[in-house]
Amino acid sequence: MALDKPGEDYEGRTSYTHVGTRVDRPDGLDKVTGRAKFGADAHAPGMLHGAIVRSPHAHAKILKIDTSKAEALAGVKAVVTRADFATGLEGEEWNVLENVMASDTALYDGHALAAIAATSSLIARDAVKLVEVEYELLPHVTDVDEAMKPDAPVIRAGQQSKLVPEGMHPNVVNYYEGGHGDMDAGFAEADLVIERHFTTEAAHQGYIEPHAALATLGADGKGELWCCTQGHFIVQKTCAALVGIDTSQLRVTASEIGGGFGGKTTVFLEPLALALSRKSNRPVKMVMSRSEILRATGPTSSASMDIKIGMTKDGRITAGKGVFRLQGGAFPDAPAGMAAECSFAPYNLNAVSIEGYEVMANRPKQAAYRAPGSPMAAFAVESVVDELCKALELDPIETRLKNASREGTKAAYGPTWDRIGLVECLEAAQAHPHMQAPLRESEGRGVAAGFWFNHGGETSVSLALSEDGTAQISVGTPDIGGSRASMALMAAEILGIEYENIRVTVADTATLGYNDVSHGSRVTYASGLATINAAKDAVGKLCDRAAQRWGIDPEAVIWEDGCAKPAGPNAGQFDPMPLKEITQRMGRTGGPISGHFEATPEGAGVSFGVHIVDAHVDRETGKTSIDRYTVIQDAGKAVHPTYVEGQFQGGAAQGIGWALNEEYVYGEDGRLQNTVFLDYRIPVASDLPMIDTVIVEVPNPGHPFGVRGVGETGICPPLAAIANAVSGAVGVRMTSLPMSPPKILKALKEQ
Amino acid sequence: MSKIHVTTKVNGDEVEFLCDPRETMLDVLRDHLNLTGAKEGCGTGDCGACSVTVDGRLVCSCLMLGAEAEGKEIATVEGIANGEALHPLQTKFIEYAALQCGICTPGILVAAKNLLEREPDPTEEQVRYWLAGNLCRCTGYDKIIRAVMDTAADMREAS
Ligand code: FES
Ligand code: FES
Repeated sequence: MALDKPGEDYEGRTSYTHVGTRVDRPDGLDKVTGRAKFGADAHAPGMLHGAIVRSPHAHAKILKIDTSKAEALAGVKAVVTRADFATGLEGEEWNVLENVMASDTALYDGHALAAIAATSSLIARDAVKLVEVEYELLPHVTDVDEAMKPDAPVIRAGQQSKLVPEGMHPNVVNYYEGGHGDMDAGFAEADLVIERHFTTEAAHQGYIEPHAALATLGADGKGELWCCTQGHFIVQKTCAALVGIDTSQLRVTASEIGGGFGGKTTVFLEPLALALSRKSNRPVKMVMSRSEILRATGPTSSASMDIKIGMTKDGRITAGKGVFRLQGGAFPDAPAGMAAECSFAPYNLNAVSIEGYEVMANRPKQAAYRAPGSPMAAFAVESVVDELCKALELDPIETRLKNASREGTKAAYGPTWDRIGLVECLEAAQAHPHMQAPLRESEGRGVAAGFWFNHGGETSVSLALSEDGTAQISVGTPDIGGSRASMALMAAEILGIEYENIRVTVADTATLGYNDVSHGSRVTYASGLATINAAKDAVGKLCDRAAQRWGIDPEAVIWEDGCAKPAGPNAGQFDPMPLKEITQRMGRTGGPISGHFEATPEGAGVSFGVHIVDAHVDRETGKTSIDRYTVIQDAGKAVHPTYVEGQFQGGAAQGIGWALNEEYVYGEDGRLQNTVFLDYRIPVASDLPMIDTVIVEVPNPGHPFGVRGVGETGICPPLAAIANAVSGAVGVRMTSLPMSPPKILKALKEQ
Repeated sequence: MSKIHVTTKVNGDEVEFLCDPRETMLDVLRDHLNLTGAKEGCGTGDCGACSVTVDGRLVCSCLMLGAEAEGKEIATVEGIANGEALHPLQTKFIEYAALQCGICTPGILVAAKNLLEREPDPTEEQVRYWLAGNLCRCTGYDKIIRAVMDTAADMREAS
C-alpha cells in the first residue's frame, strides 16, 4: 500500500488532534512521589523471604547437595532443589528450568542449585551459607573462539542442530546461512577489498531495578504471582510448566517495571518463589542482589566476527560477506542468525553472503538486549565501510546513500523492503549542522547506520466505555517507556474524546487474552494497532446505538469528532450525538459498550537509524570522551515525540557504555570478576553530553497511523559510530570492544 | 538475636523501630517503615537509587545502618511534595519526561533537591557531576539534566 497523497496517513488523515502531542504520562505522579509499586515494593501477610544457593564454579558436576544444616536453622521454612520442579519438560522450557535450577551440573559461575525461604532475608541468606555442596570440577571455557576449538571442553553434548556443518565442535549448536548473488564476481569487480576480524564482549542490560517476585502457590495448584517483567503472560505460561500446574490456575500481575531492555523477557526467580511457596504454604518474596543479576541473569552475547567488503573507486559496494559467531552462555539461542540478518540490511547489494554460528560457553544463558545481535553486526560492517570510505577518500554519508536500501531492495535474508526510511535518515544526517561543525585536535567524527526488524506478536486489547463518556483500556504489554500514554493518545484520536478521559491499565493474566512480551519494539506498534481497532470496534457499537435511536440503518451513521452523525443528507436530518449521550443511555439501549481486538499483526515495518558522534581521545590516558552525539531515526509516526526522543537517547547512551567501557570480565577460573556496578560501570551523567535527536517520519504501511517501533534501533549504530570516531581520533582502526583506555593505549603504542 | 531500638525523625515525623544490627537504613525504610520510595538498585553505594538525606546531607541509605539513624532527621522522596502541592522538580520531571521507567527517579529527585538547596544556580557540569552517583539506564540523562536546570531557573525567578 502506498500513500495516496503526501502528508496523509493510511486512513486519509492529514492531521491529528492527539497523536504527536507531548502529554503528561498517567504514571508520572506516582513515579515522582515514590508511590509507584515496582517489583520489590510488594508485601503480603505472613510473607517469607527467599535466597538462592549458587555455584561458585564455572563448570562442575554436582555430586551432592546437603541442605540439612540449613533446614535446621531457626526461621527456615522451606528448601527446594531441582527435585521440586516438573519433570519431562522439553525444548526451551527444559532450557529455562535448567538455567534457573541446575540438575546435575553447574554450567556457569552463579548457576542456581537450591533456594531457601525463611522468616527474614537475613536468615535466608545465613541459611544459604549452611548448604553444603560437593562438586567435581570440570574444565571450562568462556571465550567464543576458544569454545569452538577442537579441544574445547564439551559443555552439553547432544545440543547440536542438524543445520550445523559437519565436523564442528559440539559447542556450536546452531547455524544460519543467507545471501544472494555471485560473490567471486562481486569481489572481482571491486577496486578495493578490505577484510577484518572484530570482537565484542558481553554487556548487561543494566536495568536499575533488580528482578523481584512475590509468589503464592497452594497444594491445590492455584497460584498468584507479582513480578517485574516485560511479559507477564509468558511468565504465566513458563512458570506453570516449570512448577507443573495449569497455566490458567496461575494469575500473574506485572508490577511497574524499572527497566528491562530485553533482560526481563524470561524468568529467573519466579518459579523458585512459587516452588518455595508451595512447599512452605506461605507467600514468598525474592529479590536479586546486583551481583546475582550480573552473574546469573542474561547479558547479551559476546561475538567474534569476520567481514569482507569490496568497493569501487566511486563508492559502490560490489560484495559483502560476514561471518558472525555469538556466544550464548551454556544454552542454545544466541542471536547469531539475527546478527547475520541485520548486518548488511542498510545496503542494496548484488552479492552478499551471511553466516551465523550459535556457540555455547560456561556463561549465563544470554537474554535479549535491545535489538539482539544487530549492534555488534553493525559495528563490524560499518567499521569496514568506514575504512573503505577513508581509503578511497569518499564521503561516508554520500557513499551510504549511493548503496542505500530502499523500497524494493532485496535484503540479504530474503525479504524485499516495503516503504523504509533509510534514505531519509541519511539525508537528514547530511543536512544536520553536526556534520559541518569543526573538530578539535585528537577528536574524530564517526557515522554509522543501523537496522532492526521490529516485531508484531500476539496481542489482545479491551476497551470499556463508562456511562460518563470516559474510557478504560486494558493492555497486556507492561509499560516500559510511557506506552500507557501512547495508547491513550491513539484511542483518543479514534474515539474523539480527551486524552485525560482515558485510563490505560496493564491488565493481569486473568483479565485479558494472551499478549506477547513487551519486546521487539512492538508495543506502540502492536498494542497500539490493537488499541485503535478496539476503539473502532466500540465506535461501531456506538454508531449502532445512534442508528437505533434515529431509526436509520447503522451503515448510514458515521463517527466524527467524538459524535455519531448521519452519513449524508440522505441518511436523515439529526443533530450529532456525542459519545457521552450514548453511553449515558447504554444500560437501557442494549447494555455496556466495549471494544475488543485480538490478532498477531504482521506489518511491524522495519526501522533504520543513523548516528553521528564526535569522540575525543586523551592520548596520554587512553580515555575517550563523547563530545557531541546526534541520533537520527525513522519512527514512522511519533505518537508521543518526547518518549520517542527518550528511546533514541537511551539507546545511544547504552551504546556508548558498550562501546567504551562495559564488558564481562572472566578470570582464569571462569568466575565473573566484575559483579558490582562499581566494576561493571555503566555511563553516569558526567560521562555524557546532551544527545540530540532528529525524528524522521516515513510512515509504516502496516499501521493505520504509520507507526514503527522505536525502542531498539537506537542501540544499533552507536558501537560502530563511536568506533569510527575513535579510530579517526587515534589514527588506528579499533576492532575490539570495549575501547577501554588500556586497549586504546596499546593501539597507540603499536601505531 | 537482640534488636536495637531506634528513635528518629523521618520526613518530619517522629518514628521508632527495632532493627537487626545488620539491617541498613534502606532495609528499615522499606521493610519496617513501609516507605518503599527509596529503591535498592545495588546495595553497594554505586547507583544512588536509595538516596535520602540525613540531617540535610545526601547519603546512600544502603550504606548506612538503621541503628545509625538514632537522633537524626531523615528525608526521603515521600517527603518532597507538600501535601498535594508537588515540588517544582517533581512537576518538571513529569513535564520533561525526565523518567522512562522511573526506578531511578526517587533517588535523583532527592539528590537534585539537595543540590538546588546548596546551589540555586548550578552549571550543567555541576548538575552532571552532582548526579554522577545516580545511575539511570533509560534516559541517557539528557532530559534529567534539562529538567533540573530548568527547575533551578524557575525557582530563582520565583524567589
Ligand atoms: S542501592 Fe544504595 S547506592 Fe545503589
Ligand atoms: S528512568 Fe529508568 S533508570 Fe532512570
